[in-house]
Amino acid sequence: MTANQLSQPEPARRRLIAFFLGGGLLASFASFLYPVLRYLVPPAVADLGGDEVVAAKVSELKPNSGMIFRFGSRPGLLIMTSDDTYRALSATCTHLGCTVQYRSDLHEIWCPCHNGIYDLNGRNISGPPPRPLDVFDVHLRGDEIVVSRKREA
Amino acid sequence: MTLFAAIRRWLDERFDWDDLLAPLRHKTVPTHRLSYWYFLGGITLFLFVIQVLTGILLLLYYRPGANEAFESVQYIMTRVRFGWLIRSIHSWSANLMIFTAFAHMFSVLFLKAYRKPRELTWVSGVLLLFLVMGFGFSGYLLPWNTLAFFATTVGTAITGQVPIVGRPLMIFLRGGPQVTGATLTRFFGFHVAVLPGIATVLILLHLLLVQRPGMSIPPKLEVQWTANPSARREMKFFPNFMLRELMAWYAALGVLGVLAALFPWNLGVKADPFASAPAGIKPEWYFLFMFQTLKLIPSKVWFIDGEVLGVLGFGLVGLLWLLLPFFESDQPAHMKRWITGLAVFALAYVAGMTVYGYLAK
Repeated sequence: MTANQLSQPEPARRRLIAFFLGGGLLASFASFLYPVLRYLVPPAVADLGGDEVVAAKVSELKPNSGMIFRFGSRPGLLIMTSDDTYRALSATCTHLGCTVQYRSDLHEIWCPCHNGIYDLNGRNISGPPPRPLDVFDVHLRGDEIVVSRKREA
Repeated sequence: MTLFAAIRRWLDERFDWDDLLAPLRHKTVPTHRLSYWYFLGGITLFLFVIQVLTGILLLLYYRPGANEAFESVQYIMTRVRFGWLIRSIHSWSANLMIFTAFAHMFSVLFLKAYRKPRELTWVSGVLLLFLVMGFGFSGYLLPWNTLAFFATTVGTAITGQVPIVGRPLMIFLRGGPQVTGATLTRFFGFHVAVLPGIATVLILLHLLLVQRPGMSIPPKLEVQWTANPSARREMKFFPNFMLRELMAWYAALGVLGVLAALFPWNLGVKADPFASAPAGIKPEWYFLFMFQTLKLIPSKVWFIDGEVLGVLGFGLVGLLWLLLPFFESDQPAHMKRWITGLAVFALAYVAGMTVYGYLAK
């Protein structure tokens, strides 16, 4: 056996050892990285809002006006139309998530961020919004205006 | 022997100090008609240092968190002596730094300083520009006012438009499905720890890459100087150029002081996640050209969402921009005309769209 052979073990065996060492090292890195990646993703928070909320008192809203109310962790828009009916919709613009408002001059719902417009049924009628706003049910309980999610039929 | 010389000898005996400083002594700066453009990178660096220093000062009083952030900035502005000045300088310096970074980039582009062997200098510089915009975006939220709240809502929602990775990325940025106090905490971490760390490494790399091949000369001048070496004009970097640069820095500090004193930065109204977005809301000027472009794209192009198309388009342009030097020839005679044309177009587009976005309702 020459000196050269001594310093050069069989290539196949060397490759096998390198494979296991390298693989083990990579696997250990993956095990370090995994908790970090999971840590970066925020835990889901339960939406404690429920399916029903008292949006306002009857006295708080005049005809042809709107107000923002809390529906769980998201804003909702309550509108009293000119003909004294109530409408409740999600206030989160379906475009890029700004909070919309009722425009008493247009009798429409307007998002100022990119000029998106919805009608009073939440349909996206102008501008960039890709989808209509979610519509909620409204009913009166004494002097309270109660908004609830639409029951799936 | 003076004290200064004694210290210097002490260092020299131990670390071969003179040898270490030799490159700085031998460094030269070409002097020609367009030499003034060499100052812009240095001014950007100076403004970055101002940002670090005023940022550290703001950290002494700022408190992240949806219930405290606005109040703590208000406290800095109204109660802390010279707090208004420190915060205004931080805001003005941020805006000026983004402006000088853009100006520096376009000067490099028009003088063709990105060509071989300086490709990586350009790449590191463009990455720094992206980083600076990240600083602007994350820092803008920290006072937790209404404009910042909706700017962050829209900005992160745009991230969410990217196919496949968009939504997880948006959740990661926001710390949840919506912009809340959790978003503020994250942005604070990005703004004061993550981004400064990356920026420091990138700036050092950028400076090192500038030193190796020395200052670039415009191609036409390079041809003339190579043909006639006696026409070559240059000055020593240290002290000649450095002293001029210091004057520019001093002037920049003066401009900052004047702007901060005469036009102190507004704090605005505290963010309320349950209030409508205010009318006439717009992003900061350095995002306006992208904002305005997105506004002009129809909501559906063929079967693709307009926003998705816009986001992917800007991503692709950004990537090509990063790799621009690799399309250029290193021979002055074969410089690509279209790159100059592209540079003119890019400048006109960014400037035009910014003005349009500013004026548009």
